[in-house]
Order: sequence, then structure tokens, then C-alpha cells
Amino acid sequence: MSITVKDVEHVANLARLELAEQEKEQLTVQLNAILKYAEKLGELDTDHVEPTSHVLPVTNVMREDRVRESVSVETAMKNAPDEEDGQFKVPAVLE
Amino acid sequence: MAPFDLRLQEVHNKLASKELSVTDLVQESYRRIAETDASIQAFLTLNEDGARAAASELDKQLQEGGERGLLFGLPAGIKDNIVTEGLLTTCASQFLRNHDPIYDATVVKKLKAAQSVTIGKLNMDEFAMGGSNENSSFYPTRNPWNTEYVPGGSSGGSAAAVAAGQVYFSLGSDTGGSIRQPAAYCGVVGLKPTYGLVSRFGLVAFASSLDQIGPLTKNVEDSAYVLQALAGYDEMDSTSANVDIPDYVNALNGDVKGLRIGVPKEYLGQGIDPKVKEAVLNALKVYESLGATWEEVSLPHTEYAVATYYLLASSEASSNLARFDGVRYGVRADNPDNLIELYRKSRSQGFGPEVKRRIMLGTYALSSGYYDAYYLKAQKVRTLIKQDFDNVFANYDLIIGPTAPTPAFHIGEQVNDPLTMYLNDICTIPVSLAGVPAISVPCGFADGLPIGLQIIGKAFDETTVLRAAHAYEQHTEHHKQRPQL
Repeated sequence: MSITVKDVEHVANLARLELAEQEKEQLTVQLNAILKYAEKLGELDTDHVEPTSHVLPVTNVMREDRVRESVSVETAMKNAPDEEDGQFKVPAVLE
Repeated sequence: MAPFDLRLQEVHNKLASKELSVTDLVQESYRRIAETDASIQAFLTLNEDGARAAASELDKQLQEGGERGLLFGLPAGIKDNIVTEGLLTTCASQFLRNHDPIYDATVVKKLKAAQSVTIGKLNMDEFAMGGSNENSSFYPTRNPWNTEYVPGGSSGGSAAAVAAGQVYFSLGSDTGGSIRQPAAYCGVVGLKPTYGLVSRFGLVAFASSLDQIGPLTKNVEDSAYVLQALAGYDEMDSTSANVDIPDYVNALNGDVKGLRIGVPKEYLGQGIDPKVKEAVLNALKVYESLGATWEEVSLPHTEYAVATYYLLASSEASSNLARFDGVRYGVRADNPDNLIELYRKSRSQGFGPEVKRRIMLGTYALSSGYYDAYYLKAQKVRTLIKQDFDNVFANYDLIIGPTAPTPAFHIGEQVNDPLTMYLNDICTIPVSLAGVPAISVPCGFADGLPIGLQIIGKAFDETTVLRAAHAYEQHTEHHKQRPQL
């Protein structure tokens, strides 16, 4: 399976990345090399193997439901690139 | 002898007898940084005012007597992907170059509780992605043993700072070998604990099912002390393990008699530098002389580990890094036309090439039509790799091999060849996929560059790993060598 510049453009759109033409070409070559290498996993029969998503046997981890102080609006806004009246400011979403 | 060449107990004795003060230790740290960091470039941010104030407070406590914390007064460096309240945390990325965290990571709280002093934040590969530190978006850290060589990655700054005597110890994070491989390249001790033993709360996530914080130190005993301070359940981390924490320091009794060691033939086969192989075989002779036994074993799925790792880690990274959108923190691109363009431009300007490459790989592997072929397949192969370790540990106490197949490589040598760079992690990645603990200790030199010995244990059996590493260290001199700077 080999990927094309068009595939790279599609994936970049999904990943919300804007790529220069040169980056697209370079990534097409590099991703093809890495994916070709990854195809070696196809040598293994894994039909009856359970996937490991977590190495520890922990499930449904819950913290105690306690009422406590939250961070202040001022603290939450401390690193905001743009804010107004204690809210994160972004370009208009609706016309 | 410089205070940072002393063992923790020796430093504490000198503090108790007033031969040294915490202020002396902190001054020594900044003096050494001023002397060496122009050539090493291990630090991104210094905490001079904060560290001097903390030292003065600790000295006051020293005068007044009373209880002292486990890491009392010891100058520490922290990898820049571990958040520190009021101290810049950039992940070595332009995206976070102005990020001033509003809270401390759990490990930082624990270091404060143990009364160490934070000297500053250490350089790394951007978002912990890389094996050489060349992916830092600020500047590459250099290997203190030879500044033409990489210090390893991604905790290269953490390893170099300890090797160069700039801090007493440091914290790193290990996803596929990012504590152990730079420890090996820089000739220091690096411990990756069992997944879940140390809280990840406040560690900027790269690949959540693999990331683990651990210490870099000059010797194994200090590693045990730092682990003692860090380990333990944390309700703020849903993957934290609720297990009893043993006494790691008291476990260092020098006794390895009767220990059964498995040596994977895959770790000493093709691609391993002959000098690295020789150093590992010499280390096994030391264990034999101490009454341990070793046999060749097989971890048959080793050759599939690198492909498995890069699919899983990149997939998790693409998901974790989706939160960097330029809205709530980080750097925002100027004048976007709309919200989507804000995301796209901010991310494109903020992330470097390796981060973009992994986001692209991960997004592709998780995308519709490819999920089963790549991501699910890799998760199943991860099970086989984990079973390899289970099978060996059914008959052996430890697995020993090299940490990296070669010593450090030249800066720039592999930077345009991601696949070759990824293969440097062939000996560390399987351990991360299995979630078990491993330590890298210095075991020799090749052409003036350090070699690392990797000692791997069963899940949560850090005591055996540390005991074996300590016993080896007591009978060799490699860890006492220091780079000439």
C-alpha cells in the first residue's frame, strides 16, 4: 500500500495541519518508507490475539466525587492568547 | 571532590555537619552551568531566584534542626515537558514557548515535599519525540563526553546536565527509551519505572499508554532515593497503580547470588556494535563472579517492536496533540480568517518537522479504512511482545542486554533518516511496550563514548532491578568516570 501526495493532503486536513509543497513531498516519501517498514507486522498471524490497550489490569477508575474549589477565571485565562471578559476569544464561527 | 560527585548520604552528612549549606549546593549548580552550558546547552530555563530563595529557606530549617526530607537540599533539573507552576514549560516547542503553567505536576509536588531544589528546566526533543535532542525547536543539547555527538533523546538535556555535574539529579520521561538511551549515551544511570508506578499527572502527554517519568542520577543508590520520593498512587492519574511501595534503598544489599538472568539473543545480534556487545558480555562475567547465572533466551517478536511502537505512539500522539489548537494556551497564528484556519495555521507554525511527521503517521493509522490494518494490528502485536517478556520472566528474575545498539552518534548524522533514527531504540522499545521496569547503567566506553547496560525486571519489581544494578556498580568503576569539560 503506498500513499500519494493527495493522501498526505487529506490526512493533513484531518490533522488540521497546513503543509508547504516541499513538506508534502518530503512527508509522502518518509511516510511511505515508515509504512512499508510497518507492513512487516502483516507477517504475524494475530487472528486470535487480544489487543493490548493498557498493560495494567485497571478498569473504570473513578475519583471520589467531592465538591472543591476550582481554579479562578483569572488563573484559567492566564495563558490565553486572546480573551475578553473572562472568555477565550476566537474568530467568528457563524457568519 | 566536587559536591555533586558525592553520594546522597555523603552530601547529607556534610549538610548535617555544616560543612556544606544548601545555598553552597545551589551556587555550585549555577556556577557549573555558567562554566559549561555554553557548550552543552542542557538548560532551556533557569530558576535562579526561586532556587536561591528555596535554598535560603532550607538552610534556615537546617539551623533549626528537625526532620529533613529524603532529597533535602539537592539541586534538581526537570525535563521541560513536566509542568512547574510559575516556571516556563515549553516542551522545547515553539507552540509552548510562552507557556507559564498554573499548577505543579504531581512529581514536582513530590520533589518539593522531599525538599529538593529546582534549578531549571531541561532541553529535550520537541514534545519528547526523537532520539537525539536535535528536534528541540530551540537548540540541540550536546554530549558532555564529546560535544560533536548527540546526548541521546528525548531526555538528552536531563542526561547531559547530570553527566556535566550541573545538577545533582534530574527527571526525564521515557516513552520508547527516552530516559535509558540518553543515560547510556551520557554515561549516567537512568531508570524507567513500571508503567503506573509514578504519576503522569502534569506530564505533557505524548503517548499515554507508554509515557513514564523517572530519575537520571550518577549512581544507582541515588536513583533508588529519587524513585522512593516519586513512586506512589495518585488519584489525579487514572492509570496510576495502587500498589504497596517497598523500601528501594534498603533493598540495595549487594546480594545477587542465585539470581537467574536471561540474555535475549535478539539484543546481541545483527546491528549491535562489537564494542557494545563486548561490554555487555564483560558485565555478565561480573554477575557470574557474584554468584548469578545467565543463559541465552529469546524474545522472538523483538523485530516487530519498532514498527509496533511507531504506529501506537504516533497514533496516541496525534490524539494527544489535538489539544494544541491556539485557543486556550500556547502561541496563536496572526489574523486567521476563521476558526479552522486558526487551528491550522497555529499548529503548522507551532510544530516542528518530527512532530508533524508523527501527527501525520498517527492520523493516517487511525483514519477510516486503515485503523484495523495499522492501529489494531499494532495493539495485537503489542500483546505478543508482552507475552515474550512474560514467558522469559516465568523462568528468570531479570533480562539483561545493551541499552542501545551503538554509542552516541554524530550530530546531524541521522537527522534526515527517521527510520534509522527509530532503530536506535530497538533494545528499549520492547520494554516500554511490555510496561516493565528497566535501568541503564554505565558499563564501559567505546572510543571515549559511554556504553549502557540495560537491566530489565518484572512489573513492579524495581527492587530486584536496582539491587542487581547496584551490585554491578559496586564491582566496577565505569560510573565514576566524568567527562572533561
